[in-house]
Amino acid sequence: MREKTPWWLLAALALLLSGCGDSTWNDPYPSADATRNTYYSSFAERPKHLDPARSYSANEYAFLAQIYEPPLQYHFLLRPYQLVPLSAAEVPAPRYFDASGAALPDDVAPGEIDRSDYVIRIQPGIRFQPHPAFASDDEGRYLYHAIESSDLAGVNQLADFDQVGTRELTAEDYIYQIKRLAAPWLHSPIAGVMSQHIRGFGELAEALAGLETDGELARIQALREARIQGVQALDRYSFKITVESKYPQFVYWLAMPFFAPLPWEADVFYAQPGMAERNIVLDWYPVGTGPYMLSENNPNLRMALERNPNFHGERYPSEGMPEDAVSGILADAGKPIPFIDRAVYSLEKEDIPRWNKFLQGYYDSSGISSDAFDQAVQIDAQDQPMLTADMRAQGIELLTAVQPSNFYMGFNMLDPVVGGDSQRARLLRRAISIAMDYEEFISIFANGRGLVAQGPIPPGIFGHRDGEAGINPFVYEWRDGRPVRRSLEEARTLMEQAGYPGGVDRESGRGLSINYEAVATGPDDRARLNWIRKQFAKLGIELVIRSTDYNRFQEKIRNGTGQVFMWGWNADYPDPENFLFLLYGPNGKVEHQGENASNYANPEFDRLFDAMKFMEDGPQRQAIVDRMVEIARTDAPWVWGFFPKAFSLHHQWLHNAHPNEMANNTLKYRRLDPQQRAELRREWNEPVLWPIWAIGGLILLLVIPALWMVRRRERSTAL
Amino acid sequence: MPLIPVILWTDALVLVLLALGLTFALYASRHEHLRDPWRRVVRSRVGVATLVVLMAYALVGLLDTVHLRLKQDARPGVEEARYSPEVLSLLDLALSGLRERQEKTYSAPFATHLFVKEAIDQPDGTVVRDYPRLKYGGAHLENPARQRGWDIAWRSLLGAVKGIIASGLFILGVCWLLARSWGVSLIEARDRILAGKTQVPWRTALMTLAALLVLSSVAAELALQYHVLGTDKVGEDVFYQTLKSVRTGLLIGTLTTLVMLPAALLLGIAAGYFRGWVDDVIQYLYTTLNSIPGVLLIAAVILMLQVYMSNHADSFTSLVERADLRLLFLCLILGVTSWTGLCRLLRGEALKLREIDYVQAAQSLGVGQFSVIARHILPNVMHIVLITLVLDFSGLVLAEAVLSYVNIGVDPTMNSWGNMINSARLELARDPVVWWSLAAAFLFMFTLVLAANLFADVVRDAFDPRLRQASGA
Amino acid sequence: MSAYILRRILYAIPILIGVNLITFLLFFVVNSPEDMARMHLGQKRVTTEAIQAWKAEHGYDRPLLYNDAASGLASLTDTIFFQKSVKLFAFQFGSSDDGRDIGYDISQRMWPSLAIAVPVLMVGLAFNISYALFIVFFRATYIDIGSVVLLVAMLSISSLFYIIGGQFLLSKAFHLVPISGYDQGLNAWKFLILPVIVGVIGGIGSGTRWYRSLFLEEIAKDYVRTARAKGLSERFVLFRHVLRNALIPILTGVVVVLPLLFMGSLITESFFGIPGLGSYTIDAISNQDFAIVRSMVFLGAVLYILGLILTDISYTVVDPRVRLQ
Repeated sequence: MREKTPWWLLAALALLLSGCGDSTWNDPYPSADATRNTYYSSFAERPKHLDPARSYSANEYAFLAQIYEPPLQYHFLLRPYQLVPLSAAEVPAPRYFDASGAALPDDVAPGEIDRSDYVIRIQPGIRFQPHPAFASDDEGRYLYHAIESSDLAGVNQLADFDQVGTRELTAEDYIYQIKRLAAPWLHSPIAGVMSQHIRGFGELAEALAGLETDGELARIQALREARIQGVQALDRYSFKITVESKYPQFVYWLAMPFFAPLPWEADVFYAQPGMAERNIVLDWYPVGTGPYMLSENNPNLRMALERNPNFHGERYPSEGMPEDAVSGILADAGKPIPFIDRAVYSLEKEDIPRWNKFLQGYYDSSGISSDAFDQAVQIDAQDQPMLTADMRAQGIELLTAVQPSNFYMGFNMLDPVVGGDSQRARLLRRAISIAMDYEEFISIFANGRGLVAQGPIPPGIFGHRDGEAGINPFVYEWRDGRPVRRSLEEARTLMEQAGYPGGVDRESGRGLSINYEAVATGPDDRARLNWIRKQFAKLGIELVIRSTDYNRFQEKIRNGTGQVFMWGWNADYPDPENFLFLLYGPNGKVEHQGENASNYANPEFDRLFDAMKFMEDGPQRQAIVDRMVEIARTDAPWVWGFFPKAFSLHHQWLHNAHPNEMANNTLKYRRLDPQQRAELRREWNEPVLWPIWAIGGLILLLVIPALWMVRRRERSTAL
Repeated sequence: MPLIPVILWTDALVLVLLALGLTFALYASRHEHLRDPWRRVVRSRVGVATLVVLMAYALVGLLDTVHLRLKQDARPGVEEARYSPEVLSLLDLALSGLRERQEKTYSAPFATHLFVKEAIDQPDGTVVRDYPRLKYGGAHLENPARQRGWDIAWRSLLGAVKGIIASGLFILGVCWLLARSWGVSLIEARDRILAGKTQVPWRTALMTLAALLVLSSVAAELALQYHVLGTDKVGEDVFYQTLKSVRTGLLIGTLTTLVMLPAALLLGIAAGYFRGWVDDVIQYLYTTLNSIPGVLLIAAVILMLQVYMSNHADSFTSLVERADLRLLFLCLILGVTSWTGLCRLLRGEALKLREIDYVQAAQSLGVGQFSVIARHILPNVMHIVLITLVLDFSGLVLAEAVLSYVNIGVDPTMNSWGNMINSARLELARDPVVWWSLAAAFLFMFTLVLAANLFADVVRDAFDPRLRQASGA
Repeated sequence: MSAYILRRILYAIPILIGVNLITFLLFFVVNSPEDMARMHLGQKRVTTEAIQAWKAEHGYDRPLLYNDAASGLASLTDTIFFQKSVKLFAFQFGSSDDGRDIGYDISQRMWPSLAIAVPVLMVGLAFNISYALFIVFFRATYIDIGSVVLLVAMLSISSLFYIIGGQFLLSKAFHLVPISGYDQGLNAWKFLILPVIVGVIGGIGSGTRWYRSLFLEEIAKDYVRTARAKGLSERFVLFRHVLRNALIPILTGVVVVLPLLFMGSLITESFFGIPGLGSYTIDAISNQDFAIVRSMVFLGAVLYILGLILTDISYTVVDPRVRLQ
């Protein structure tokens, strides 16, 4: 009975026919861009901060790392991860001094070191991207540094300023940024960490604390004049950072955007009255020296990066791992980068449209959501993932890498039942560790994209051990050349030894019931929570799921009122210290507001940690790490969970999409073949027209009899 | 005792609802002006057919409303009787086979193999990736590829025969009862019913009932050996989930109106009856509440509840209780967002009624304000309440699905069509498509909402055709 | 008339204050300012000092509703509630908690919302009215019964199914339109086709049914019978009398929703990735951005009241017998 089936639908489609020309109908981009050298990707959530002093999350780094250049970067191809210079001339080596200021040899015991100096030399001739903050008139006066609100009529974005300029990068720009990290009004997330390490950092933060209520321009002026004891410019192109005692991990921080140079001109420019009201702030419009600059920032719709015309130039790395010689990843060795002119990131909140657009060729690369997994990937008989025939026919390629992060299930060690140092609780935790079948978890909820963790340190990070030497003997045994989870029988025996035979407390005669703190947000969580409950039920334990929102969850963890929870950690830098500190006593969440969410504290472990963190990688350090891992496994404050594997797909026209889990600035290495892309897109998105004709025909079939009936009825009633 | 009953908040409210319904039915049967419209409802063919369908849903919902905890097996060394911490309903017990036969992950309807490939250890030590056999679905078959089709056909036939026998017996019983009340022979009664010459369309009612019985009998027979509607991501039977979702849908549809009823009645009548400043205040109240986007209100209340529950974690130890409380609050807040419409209607009606002669007469005779309201106003607006109840019902069932999408619907651990659709959204992107969760939710929800909508039309027409315009679409 | 409008506007003020107070209470019962600070500062390595600083900077360091420390009037004005609400009445929304200007964002996001809502309303109206007329023309025939069953069936399908189905068929299977997304200016049209089609189809069930009952009611009236008795053709009666008289409820029904079109649709916008005001509100709720939530609720309330006033005015326009006092 759809006689009047939409005539407007036909009209709309007619419009569509006339408007589209020869480009595909479902192309979400302007047809003029079809053959441009533009990279297309998406983002799910608008970045909160693009200020390098504040930003601390992966989705923000996807943009920031292309724009800002900290002194160091990770080598694109070499493994284990290796630092190489980016804007610096070389990777700085620390020099050690004792309390009297006398230089010490490199191999001196850590206890004697009072400070370490890092001298960073930068490459001369690097220039900032074109930006109105640098625009000046013939006499060198800044054009836009004395703006009144009234001058800003009609200005809504950065591009509305006519004039741009640039300036050479100097050591002062790095120092200015380090001082910004200390500025209390910027809330830099690493201010706390840095005040422990950089000399004079804490004092500067205190000195600046009084200025919070001042005007923005006054604060910037004060910041420019402020001095920080441990950071000094040696000349125009080099500066020195003094770090308290010994802190070998410090160089890793130099590869993060926190230490990227920032010109004071930009800060002054953005601080002027009227700018913030127009969203023209540093948090939205970065000013960097990198290969790209942010040319469009509409977080409601899309963000676009454009090639920076002032880029100092860099060449594609010519050295790689042995297997890279054959994989073709070195084909571009020595060529100037970046290859791609423009990168467009569209806002895409839902998984399904994003995945379909990738399949239609409108995104160049994509991750794989859990539900699209079977469509894309199958696991072959050797347990190796490979693409399905459909995907291969489309010329899609798959890349995998184990991520330097973990997902674990933590016990709150302050809890009287599951926590604490008693043998009873320890056995209970070990029993649960066996019962939590993470192999099944990975296969159901992560499509096998994960590696069961035997301890806190993921593969690829120093201190991780493979094979039989690396298994957790409390949960696994080595059989037939692979680790096999210990049987439930053993877990039940442990429960009995702990005084909970069959999940019943022998003393009180009551069933053991444990609270699980969950953040339930979506449909998938329901299945996951059910699954976890089943695991505990294997031991006769009733798991009470206390699901709540993320804030409340964090609060519970902070107050230590939870019992069991799941959490994860994403490495800041590839060093075992960055994982083992999650179990370090003085880092406890409840007492010290640290990142040790299970509040685990073992004096022996803490002592070893203090020794380990100062050491260079080597057999000695390995021995200590091994010992620490063993202690942690014995106490079992975590069920070690798993290390996620990143699977990513890309189309055949995208080259050099090598996975590098530490480096975020990989866009500059990528290369596109826009011509091939345009052809394939056309081929894949041929509009299917028969439904239109079918609907049209149906309408005719229904309307004609209807008209006839109207006429007939008219006549009959008229009689 | 082998079990102890558990009464959840919503269970209690369902009991209240039932009691209210019965009271109203008793009251209505004594008053001709109320009995007459109902008579018109049951004399319509659409009316009885949908009534039968709704009754079937209500039966499932009621079975799922009686909650209890089973006694656990005695253990050595433990003296006191221990009851399982798991709260079950009668429906769970009736469907315990479905509930317990969990597979590992997805499987299609009537499948004998899992939907995804897995590494299977062969007897000779090698590993092959293939679709493993299901633990329960079709596990009785030796050679599923060959036997399955015949087995399904045979079992459907068996179920159908059982269903036909059962419905035949049932129909016979009804005929006999009718024959007695009409004072005619059984044959005569049968002929009357078959010819459709009865005032109440018994033919339609019994045919619908027979169809339902046969269908459920076939489903039951098949569900013994297969997952009729497949399994979901963690291997739970989808058929079981859909049946469990019935209660959630029904509760949202009915409790919402019930919990808002006292406020709407009180305020609506007060505003219309007393007028003056009372009217102003009440109008102010509902305009203000109406001006706030409903989603925000709902989100805030659901979050508030979570805060409350995490602060009083000890009072809500079981998952079922937490989910139940969330459902109750959802009903409450949906009620708050929707009571204003009813309130406005009642106000208008009360304004009209207070000018009517007998009310004026009662007032001038010095009868107290409240007894005037209770005696004269309240009974005369009850039909509006009833019509609103049936009209809102289907909208609320649909609203539940949308709210789940925004994550402010029922608890994610609770079975509901909204949750099923929400997870099915992601499943549709799989290739091959996992369509059965969506299809099952669609089928059951559509049947309920369609029946409710058709029934609501009949009720509305019977009670007050004029009200159509006032209550809008 | 103008005195009436003025009075209605004055009445609106206490309502808006009430709305504001309710929003405020609901939000802060759930979220403490500390939660908000944590949300905005990120998750790794957050210190208490940073949270205090954030609260001070965004003005959340005052007491919520009543300030014990201050005296006199200041005990009410030196609170988060007063400081944050007072500017709303001048439509100065200020900046969101992450520093963007809300007024600017609303002015930008309003257009995509309208671009969907207006076509859906217009096309839906045209289609539903003509379909309803068609049904009424054949009233009490099988066309009528079949159509009503179809309408009720369409009404009984959750709107989510329409969206999922539309995306699946038109975009994925037939490659006719982009699945989701948006573009500025005129380029947006190809992104609008699918949401508009889905929106219209989703509204057919309830819309057409309502119009049908309106027309049927009108047709039962005496003057229609008289007209028909005069020998006027059925078509003439339908268009000249029934449709014209039914226009009053149709028009007032449309007018009341007009202002709310600005608010956009929550579900459609987030499914199709359209940067309108609906998805703005949803995002703000999930990001706990109180400044945006408060502004959107305020805006919604203003538009709602505007709709009520417009309805009253439109009554007098279409029916001169109605007088506003």
